[in-house]
Amino acid sequence: MNQIVIIPILLPLASAVAMLLFSRSVTIQRIISLSSSCLLLAAAGWLLAAVISGGMLSLQAGGWAAPFGITLAADLLSAVMVAASALIGFATVIYSFAVIDPERERFFYHPLLQLLLMGINGAFLTGDVFNLYVWFEVMLISSFVLLVLGGTPVQLEGAIKYVTINLLSSSVFLAAAGILYGIAGTLNMADLARIAPRIEQKELLSVVSVLFMITFGVKAAVFPLFFWLPASYHTPPVPVSAIFAGLLTKVGVYALIRFFTTVFPHESIFINDVLLVASALTMLTGVLGAVAQYDVRKLLSFHIVSQIGYMIFGLALHSPLALAGALFYIVHNIIAKTNLFYISGIVERISGTWDLKRAGGVYARYPFISMLFLVPALGLAGIPPLSGFWAKFVIIRAGFEAGEYAVTGIALFVSLLTLFSMMKIWNEAFWKERPHQQEYEGINRYVSMGIAGKAMLLSPVVMLGLLTILFGIFFEPVFRIAESASLQLLDPLLYSTAVLGRKE
Amino acid sequence: MTLLLALVIGCLYAAGIFLILRRNMVKVIFGLILLAHAANLLIFTVGRLTKGIPAFVPEGAGMLSGEFADPLPQALILTAIVIGFGLQAFTIVLFKRTWLTLGTEDLDLMKTTDEPPRE
Repeated sequence: MNQIVIIPILLPLASAVAMLLFSRSVTIQRIISLSSSCLLLAAAGWLLAAVISGGMLSLQAGGWAAPFGITLAADLLSAVMVAASALIGFATVIYSFAVIDPERERFFYHPLLQLLLMGINGAFLTGDVFNLYVWFEVMLISSFVLLVLGGTPVQLEGAIKYVTINLLSSSVFLAAAGILYGIAGTLNMADLARIAPRIEQKELLSVVSVLFMITFGVKAAVFPLFFWLPASYHTPPVPVSAIFAGLLTKVGVYALIRFFTTVFPHESIFINDVLLVASALTMLTGVLGAVAQYDVRKLLSFHIVSQIGYMIFGLALHSPLALAGALFYIVHNIIAKTNLFYISGIVERISGTWDLKRAGGVYARYPFISMLFLVPALGLAGIPPLSGFWAKFVIIRAGFEAGEYAVTGIALFVSLLTLFSMMKIWNEAFWKERPHQQEYEGINRYVSMGIAGKAMLLSPVVMLGLLTILFGIFFEPVFRIAESASLQLLDPLLYSTAVLGRKE
Repeated sequence: MTLLLALVIGCLYAAGIFLILRRNMVKVIFGLILLAHAANLLIFTVGRLTKGIPAFVPEGAGMLSGEFADPLPQALILTAIVIGFGLQAFTIVLFKRTWLTLGTEDLDLMKTTDEPPRE
């Protein structure tokens, strides 16, 4: 049973290798990519079901006993994240079929996407700090190549910023892992959870936890470490932007949650104060940046930053309710944010521009697509009964319960501005009449697509939109999973017992 | 020996940070490489330096006893070097391609990604 933990890593690897064997034929690559994504979705669902029914799973690769071997572990948090990543991977593969140009497909777009998924799943499932570093690098190198694939000037410029800041944060990660090994003598997360309270060099432990906070903060785009994100996420093709927006920053948030609940619970008092202030500033700067933008993708990129603030807020509050809220928020946000990027791609296809000032009139011609936009947009802003309402409701309630009125007030205010900027997209791109009507003859690339292309373009959007609605309507069963995940997180002994296989 | 290594690590970090703050792309790459080296040496040093003692279990004994060398930091460094090498190779190619495409090596001039869309 424990073996299923490794499937979400092996499956994308196997399919990437298989695709490289058929490097001449894009059709075969597409078939492999699609079937592997379906299987990955099934495997992730299986893993989630197994963890919900049977508790934590852990696998010692090669059979070496726990603190010495390579540990893979799946608690509810990991299983939920893997399920979300498999879902987004599946949706992105379908969407890519419709929009990725043949040149990029020929240069290994599909294998790279699978390798990216492998890195993300590995980061979610590993139970070892150094392996987390390795999975981060796997994820990063795939994302670097996906980001520059095509080599347009703007992509290269965005990539320079993205690559430099990520290499910098990797070297901070490496230094932190090295010092941690020096003072704790182990890098196994479960073992660390057991040993960390007994470490005598408390000051060094604080230094290490701050270093980890910085490196994960860069990955998660927390204030003031987020400037690379709006400078690079709008440069690659839409499906790449979408999968980055949905998953990559959330890996950073996942690592922050994992470290400051399971691995360093006693360090979290100081860290939580820092994270609380950072979360307020992240929400605020992100949304203010978004309000000022007229490029749809940049606007959405700034929203990624702003939404990260809510998740970090949930982590900083550190109560069972807040963590459950943060987890629900992550899942809701992965789905809604990816979906918004998909739709922005469709709108660009219709109006031929990313500039909101020049776009317009989509609602008059495509009311169905406009409704599809409203679902994730209102979901993101937190309008009931969509999933975003519950996500915000829980986090804000936890904020009031913890007595953090100032930050909670900011969260409410930011939520209003989120609605405002979503309405800005609605008004500019969908509602208003198109300026300079005659210039746009023949620019609509959506209308000339075949039925199959349109279906591949719209089906991921419909699927994710339905999930946003369903998570809102059937909030309670989903939230119950988040609640038990947060209880698992707040009891680090549970994690270490499950991995190390003994009580102490 | 530890003190000497600590000084070397400090100098590498200082030089690396100084270089990545420059406007020239080539200097930024050198800075990133130096930072990676500094991190590797840091792991090596905080993993405790033991001189002339093997990491073997003595014959007849069931486990390590007394003072022994810990091979794990070296294993970590080896992994980190290999990964760092790959990433740095990619970065150098990326920077070269950028230079060929944009015709500049001044990072301050690369700001189209931050500008509003053109009319």
